[in-house]
Amino acid sequence: MAVEQPVPTSAATPGDQTRIHNIGYRNYDGPRLGRSYATRSLYSQSLRGAYGLGRSVKSKVLPMLLFVVMCVPAAIMVAVAVATKAKDLPVDYTRYAIIMQAVISLYVASQAPQSVSRDLRFKTVPLYFSRPIETADYVRAKYAALASAMFVLTAAPLIVLYVGALLAKLDFADQTKGFAQGLVSVALLSLLFAGIGLVIASVTPRRGFGIAAVIAVLTISYGAVSTLQAIADAQNSTGAIPWIGLFSPVTLIDGVQSAFLGASSAFPGAVGPTNGEGVVYVLVVLGLIAACYGLLMRRYQKVGL
Amino acid sequence: MYDPTVARLTYRALLGRRRALILGALPLLLIAISVVVRGLAGADDQTASDLLGGLALATMVPIIGVIAGTGAIGPEIDDGSVVYLLSKPLKRPTIIFTKLIVAIAVTMVFSALPTLVAGFILNGNGQQIAVAYTVAALVSSIAYAALFLLLGTVSRHAVVFGLVYALVWEALFGSLVSGARTLSVQQWSLAVAHKVAGGDLVTSDVSLPTATVLLIVVTVLATWYAGQKLRSLTLAGEE
Repeated sequence: MAVEQPVPTSAATPGDQTRIHNIGYRNYDGPRLGRSYATRSLYSQSLRGAYGLGRSVKSKVLPMLLFVVMCVPAAIMVAVAVATKAKDLPVDYTRYAIIMQAVISLYVASQAPQSVSRDLRFKTVPLYFSRPIETADYVRAKYAALASAMFVLTAAPLIVLYVGALLAKLDFADQTKGFAQGLVSVALLSLLFAGIGLVIASVTPRRGFGIAAVIAVLTISYGAVSTLQAIADAQNSTGAIPWIGLFSPVTLIDGVQSAFLGASSAFPGAVGPTNGEGVVYVLVVLGLIAACYGLLMRRYQKVGL
Repeated sequence: MYDPTVARLTYRALLGRRRALILGALPLLLIAISVVVRGLAGADDQTASDLLGGLALATMVPIIGVIAGTGAIGPEIDDGSVVYLLSKPLKRPTIIFTKLIVAIAVTMVFSALPTLVAGFILNGNGQQIAVAYTVAALVSSIAYAALFLLLGTVSRHAVVFGLVYALVWEALFGSLVSGARTLSVQQWSLAVAHKVAGGDLVTSDVSLPTATVLLIVVTVLATWYAGQKLRSLTLAGEE
């Protein structure tokens, strides 16, 4: 039974019949914090998340464990240097990250997917983009957060070494120079590894697959490159060694720092790149970082729509 | 004990869409490197042994084993769709066994086969090196698949733990602490390879009887325990 609608008494125009009643909700008139604030929030959330802060206890275990594993050898070296009154630290600042590369690779492999894959899998990316932030902001915030987390991971042992070296009364100018060179090198390394990790992780919504893919790219490329270098060294074709080193992230960083940052190369036969080749290394590293950023931007142009 | 439907689903989960291409990239890389090395260094038994031992057996087989072993069950438990499988009238050990067979097959195809091809490219199976490393890859495929399948049922972070075992325990600790080598799938399979090759190029720190016993024990125990684990599986929400 349809109830007969009361005919509007006043001779109103049809446009007047449809209107939204103001039922007294208040408008928001506080400050609108805007795009840069949202980006900063995303950055700090991602950075905290990379160490499991603000997440469950279980997800704190792995990053914290890796952080401790990174720092403990540095502390032991410092203790030995102080106890034996050594003239120099047992390991160069620039060499430390190369030695601990397995730990760094594991860290980036475990944290890059947790940073981006879960957003893809639970389809939260469109929610981010319904806020004022844009593609570039999201990519920049995630990239900067992971790179900062990596920098914290790689720079902390260097700080331990530096403080220890000063406590052991090693030469101040010498140590400061080495420390600064080490910081530059790990900053480059953080940017490069974070970029590679994020690009691979952003392709797959499956976390486990992302982890395996990142670690496969990092370790297999290093394994392949160092095998080829060893063979080139055995064949006495030392000219080829630096050029082979261009094909894996770890050897790229190694090449850059042995050409420009006063490091001794970990290549077979300690054949580091010359200055000319070092320029190529720097260009490749910067190119890779830019390429990672570009790929991420392209990836998030049309995600989740 | 073997259910073709479960097997088909697992194959699709492992190799469906573009995943087969990504899995196939690693073997292709190994073969490409072998071609380059053969061109650079010629046929040399020591080089072939180094490359197959260092790259194929120590890096590629574990990584493919992690992907196949944990990928056979991990994602299903992760997104909760495993309940649809568990609610079917199938024994849980049957599910595990089927998934194990699939994981072993995938690991073998993507790691042992390219090892054989790479070995033939490197030195044409001189001193039985290609065959020896292929046997090692086959044997370790079984053990890795069983081990990582178990990890997939036990932990949500199975991939990370699998990689920590494969890369940190076997590679790092194995080279520093000789005792760690006794407890390493890689060394057990090398013991088998040593028996096949017979020469001094392929060596292991573990004797053949120990290695065989340990391989069988680990595989059987891991499979049994994974079945038990699946019987009392609790689905946790996302962290």
